[in-house]
Amino acid sequence: MTGNGIEIEHLDKRFGNFHAVRDMSFAAEDGKITAILGPSGSGKSTVLRMIAGLERPDAGRVTITGEEQTWVPVQERRVGFVFQHYALFRHMTVRDNVGFGLAIRKEKKPEIRRRVDELLELVQLAPFAERYPDQLSGGQRQRVALARALAARPRVLLLDEPFGALDARVRQELRRWLDDLHRELGVTSLFVTHDQEEALELANEVIVMHLGRVEQVGTPNDVYNHPASPFVAGFIGSANVLNGTVRDGHLVFGEHRLPGAAHLPDGATAHAYIRPIDVRITQGAPSGYSYRTTVERINNLGPSSKIRFRLTDGQALLADLPNDVMPVLEAGQQVLLDLRNVKMFEREQDPKHEAAAIA
Amino acid sequence: MSAREIRPARLSTTARRRLVHGGLITAALVYVGTLVLAPLVGIAWAAIKPGWAPWKETLTSGDALHAYELTGIIALISVLVTAVFGVMVALVLSRDRFPGRGIVSAVADLPIAISPVIVGLMVVLLFGRGGWFEPWLTAHGIQVIFAVPSIALVTMLICIPFVIREVVPVLEELGNEEEEAAKTLGASSLQTFFRITLPNIQWGLLYGIALSTARAIGEVGAVIVVSSLIAGQTETATLYIFRLFEQGHDDQGYIVALTLAAISIVLLAGIEIFKRREEKELSS
Repeated sequence: MTGNGIEIEHLDKRFGNFHAVRDMSFAAEDGKITAILGPSGSGKSTVLRMIAGLERPDAGRVTITGEEQTWVPVQERRVGFVFQHYALFRHMTVRDNVGFGLAIRKEKKPEIRRRVDELLELVQLAPFAERYPDQLSGGQRQRVALARALAARPRVLLLDEPFGALDARVRQELRRWLDDLHRELGVTSLFVTHDQEEALELANEVIVMHLGRVEQVGTPNDVYNHPASPFVAGFIGSANVLNGTVRDGHLVFGEHRLPGAAHLPDGATAHAYIRPIDVRITQGAPSGYSYRTTVERINNLGPSSKIRFRLTDGQALLADLPNDVMPVLEAGQQVLLDLRNVKMFEREQDPKHEAAAIA
Repeated sequence: MSAREIRPARLSTTARRRLVHGGLITAALVYVGTLVLAPLVGIAWAAIKPGWAPWKETLTSGDALHAYELTGIIALISVLVTAVFGVMVALVLSRDRFPGRGIVSAVADLPIAISPVIVGLMVVLLFGRGGWFEPWLTAHGIQVIFAVPSIALVTMLICIPFVIREVVPVLEELGNEEEEAAKTLGASSLQTFFRITLPNIQWGLLYGIALSTARAIGEVGAVIVVSSLIAGQTETATLYIFRLFEQGHDDQGYIVALTLAAISIVLLAGIEIFKRREEKELSS
């Protein structure tokens, strides 16, 4: 066990016929922020709820700060839990919400007051102490929820899609703010998200989950640049998928030959995963690895454009190109493309992996 | 086609909409007015017209006082029981998914659908002569049927649906995240219920209690079946009204009727007023 973190071993959970979590094991390190990243229905929230004690595992062990907790009731686990929809007590003021855990533990009134003031200061909500939750904005509510979870000095902090219900701008702001807060407090934190950007930005370590299983555990750099499975390659960065046959270490499709398949056997059917930002328009002289395409659709998003290309063999390719370096394009135009950072995987037997990759 | 030709000008859409609205509002007022308000005013008028003398006579008579007292006790018992168990059933219905849940939900509604007289007969069937529980009860010297316990029992039965029907939708809308949050903060199930769940369902619960109190006070059909109609013993206020009219004391009958109606109205209006005041306070 890695000191004071969270460790789960062979955790398993079914809801009726639905196998939500399958034999999961991982550790969230002491003092770090760990993200469980996965699409909806991957079982990530169920894992978090089992760690908190809100859900009972069918099998496996949960250890928090070195103590086995699998059968300890939720009340005695001393974990801070933040819900996606805040779950603030609507009939209590912000002060009473934050002080709830302390009041339950029968702390003395002046001590509760002091600690609540301290936390409201920390989450920058001191002027709102006497307000009710429905008088606050979404971002403010989530900060109250965080203060409430931290008030009773939990051993670990668990956050279930903490920014999921907020709009994009507030989400950005709160993310940065949570990062600062974590640096200050250093409490072991485990959060669940379906937003890969959020996971990569906030977490020290990312656990990618799919269909109730761990797909990959690694640093944000690991999972982004060295995806261990087709699912991870497809899920992180919404990759393009090109299908072809392996020949002499190349993926061959139509007239095109894409390098990077040296690890795959000749004749195998394989998929190449290419992120939209790794698709570039060929500058200068075309090489043997330039790909002929036709521009199909252009969506200008301000700083960059999303462009849909059609390769000569009929496969589509989505590119994310910065507007300042991009030549003026129009639909129907013929363009040569460079493809970088290509990840090649042999075709999986499991068809769900393919469905999860966004073409 | 011909109708359109005869009409000098077609009504504009707004005018027609106004006409429809006006018609609907008038219909609603006439409907509620003639069916609910008019009889109420009639009773009030009949009770006030003869002056104060019958009031004094009624409110000091031993039978009247006992009838009020019995109705009060019955209402208190049945409301307490149906409130406590009603909240329990509501919690189970809204929080748990189990086989037979739909049946429980439907059975809880049954007392609304079944005639009160039949409810009374069911209790007679269970506790009366030859009833299922009769041998055990007689062996232990407990008199249920034609006594106060059976009156309480039928009233309880009649009142079961009200709290459940009011509280279930509130609980379902509430969800259980707040309760889960309380538990992660260390609150036991009991603490969670009293500090989180109960404050959140209080208005639904109070409405349910008010409705079942009103119903308990006014119940007659079921009570008449299981009561022995002995004045000063098993005669509730509603049964007392019956006897007053039968014996030609119409003046007093109207007075007792008016007081019962007034209690129910004050109860419902009071809760409505309190709720509005609280909501105003919260939103200010």
